[in-house]
Amino acid sequence: MTEPTTAISLRGLTKAFGPVVANDRIDLDVHRGEILALLGENGSGKTTLMNMLSGIYQPDAGSILIHGKPVSIRSPKDAIDLGIGMIHQHFKLVDLFSARENILLGQGAKGGLSPDQVCARLGLKVDLDKKVYNMSVSEKQTVEILKVLTRGADVLILDEPTAVLTPQEIEALFDILRVMKQEGRAIVIITHKLEEVMDISDRVAVLHKGKNVGAIDTAQADRFVLTEMMVGRRVDLDIQRVPARVGDTILDVHQLCVTGSDGHQELQNVSFTLRAGEILGIAGVAGSGQKALCEAIAGLQEVSGGSILLDGKRIDGLSPREIIQRGVSLAFIPEDRLGMGLVGSMNIPDNLLLKSYRDQDGAFLSRKEAREQAREMVQRLDIATPNLTIPVRKLSGGNVQKVLLGREINLSPRVLITAYPVRGLDIGASMRIYDMLNEQKQKGVGVLFIGEDLDVLLSLCDRIAVLSSGRVRAIVDSRFATKQLLGMKMTGLTTDKEDAYA
Amino acid sequence: MPERATLIDRLHVVQRGELTPARTWAYRLLAVLGALVTGGLLLLFLGLNPFSVYATMLRGALGSAGMQKETIKLMIPLCLATLGVALAFKMRFWNIGGEGQICAGAIAASYFAYFHNGLPSWLLLIVMAVAAILAGGLWGLIPAYFKTRFGTNETLFTLMLNYIVMYFITYLREGPWRNPEGGFAAMPRFTKQARLPEVPIPGVGNVHIGWIVMLVMVVALFIYLRHTKQGYELTVVGENEMTARYAGMPVKKIVMRTMFISAGICGLVGMLQVSGPDRQLTDAVANGRGFTAVSVAWLARLSPGGILIVSFLFSVLQKGCSMMQTEYRIPASMSDILQGVILFFVLGSEFFIRYRIALRKEARA
Repeated sequence: MTEPTTAISLRGLTKAFGPVVANDRIDLDVHRGEILALLGENGSGKTTLMNMLSGIYQPDAGSILIHGKPVSIRSPKDAIDLGIGMIHQHFKLVDLFSARENILLGQGAKGGLSPDQVCARLGLKVDLDKKVYNMSVSEKQTVEILKVLTRGADVLILDEPTAVLTPQEIEALFDILRVMKQEGRAIVIITHKLEEVMDISDRVAVLHKGKNVGAIDTAQADRFVLTEMMVGRRVDLDIQRVPARVGDTILDVHQLCVTGSDGHQELQNVSFTLRAGEILGIAGVAGSGQKALCEAIAGLQEVSGGSILLDGKRIDGLSPREIIQRGVSLAFIPEDRLGMGLVGSMNIPDNLLLKSYRDQDGAFLSRKEAREQAREMVQRLDIATPNLTIPVRKLSGGNVQKVLLGREINLSPRVLITAYPVRGLDIGASMRIYDMLNEQKQKGVGVLFIGEDLDVLLSLCDRIAVLSSGRVRAIVDSRFATKQLLGMKMTGLTTDKEDAYA
Repeated sequence: MPERATLIDRLHVVQRGELTPARTWAYRLLAVLGALVTGGLLLLFLGLNPFSVYATMLRGALGSAGMQKETIKLMIPLCLATLGVALAFKMRFWNIGGEGQICAGAIAASYFAYFHNGLPSWLLLIVMAVAAILAGGLWGLIPAYFKTRFGTNETLFTLMLNYIVMYFITYLREGPWRNPEGGFAAMPRFTKQARLPEVPIPGVGNVHIGWIVMLVMVVALFIYLRHTKQGYELTVVGENEMTARYAGMPVKKIVMRTMFISAGICGLVGMLQVSGPDRQLTDAVANGRGFTAVSVAWLARLSPGGILIVSFLFSVLQKGCSMMQTEYRIPASMSDILQGVILFFVLGSEFFIRYRIALRKEARA
């Protein structure tokens, strides 16, 4: 009998979380020696599907066949034994150990290949004795890949592997994946970035609302076809950079330094200005100091040097409350989206009260006005909610974002800081958010937009400041900038300033 | 030949959708029933008829006006102490120190009862109540201060503070406040001015005024949590401290204030207890209520109305168990076991309200 070419077959795989059917009778084949991109919007069920393959969830119905044999994957260990290796978005490495120690950890004496052999075969130049805490994000990712390969994985699943990488690092990762493909392994890469799909994959399978809407050869696909499959309708993909009258400088960040609680320099001499009626983008790989910057401006993080001026007056050192009163609004969306800014268990009116409740007189709290405001906002921003009493954590990501941004905008801020406002949103909802930001810009608000997608930054923002390891490496006019240039600056390799044409 | 997965392989836990409130309560009721059946089996094992034992318990708690009165007297401190700790819990501040805060309140109230009993009764009682609230509140403020200032763990801190103040009562009893006339170590009884007046409950008879305090506090706490700025603030802090800071709330101040009120209510329990049923300060003034309150608060899901109901049911259980002990000569630990079984079942039912066990269907080849 010849080796079957199908590495994995999923037949009728179904998984529900309560009333939400995350995966609905999914059939999918992954062949040996191919890279399959699994494309879909957030919440379309990509991660759930892969978690069933790696033993984290058990399917409610359906079966999984590995090399033609039905299997039951009850734990991540089962998955490893079956040769399935999963690279998660968040790395699971021991910081104090070297790469080699991490790779061999928990493998016992068995283990087929040594890390050195794997490196040699893939042509990788990795210092296996380097400690993880000294590694860059992409090095850590390589260690994760080595980890699953030494355990004999011949099916590799990568969950949004490029989210934390610079364009150059993404290229390097793709080179590794191509080598593995040639070795006959099956590779599944989960993503929602169309460019990457076109670049790396042989076939694309698209999930929409928990269903597999089809798999096509990448050669026959283009951005528009894929978007339509993914969203279920045609979408205008062009982000407008609306013209607006640029006014005076509102926010002036000067030589700002922030030291984290562990003594690490989160920000070093960061300087930039934000003018009325412009969107200033902040680009940088995750963890380059974006959070510290937002928090320092909002008064949530102590400043260790430099100054922040609003209309020429210093605001660093003021309490968050005073900064809010002066018209600085922060809409910061961390990964879990509800982490800061909204209270998940409270309903929309109660969340609208968060910043305005103190303006009411007396000890008692009236919710009447907030309910009115909520009703109006739900209508104006087209927020999908069954009623005003359900907790906001039950709303979909796009609607949560609208509530948050809507509240901040209702406060008529002078400066609006928004971090990752479209994270996890589908394309339609993202476009609505960009429109809202553009409206603010036209009204003369200074918008600070912390983003992760360089294409979006380039088309939406007027200027872009690139952060890397807590420093501003360049401030560029986005009309003249390219992704490659931003990528170079993001790695922090070039010396700063000399070619900053602002 | 593809082998089929075994039965055990196919069993797994599935998250449920949102249940209707009626279904949710049906599950909880079912859990209580399950607990009673399990308890019945234990009784059977001891050679007793579970039905008659349960009937005795019910009779012992509610059978006559006198027994109802005793049950209500058990309920007053339990309900109030639960309201107190529930306020802190709502802020996710794990106040396990209700016991000590009750004692602190009792000591402060007793000081005025023993050494300033020349005051007119109404004034003395008010002074005692205020002193108890302050003492309890300040005792609770200590862990709150250290938590906000140094990030200490409030669970351990409040727990340990209990023992300090509990043993301080023992010290007072053995030494400075010892009744010189008594043969064994005890503190004197309160004079008449320091005793709470009694107010009749229709159909039950006279019970000390604490029952009115209890009802007022249930309503007051409901309003405080739902309709005041402070209640809103503490809920936000409990849900997400980062969000509270982000919204410009003075988090430390809110934590200290809430903890002061929480512990102050517990302190008041101490005063009502020494001045009401006990009529003297004893080292059994708290009698585990600060700990029982933790369970009651959870079972009532921190809602003031729920606390009123659950603390009543708990008091019925306690009173019924003590009746069962005397009538059937069952060891006291049996009642502890029964209470534990009920807690286990009801808290366990929360799992089944959120999840169910399901069998995975195999796909047809």
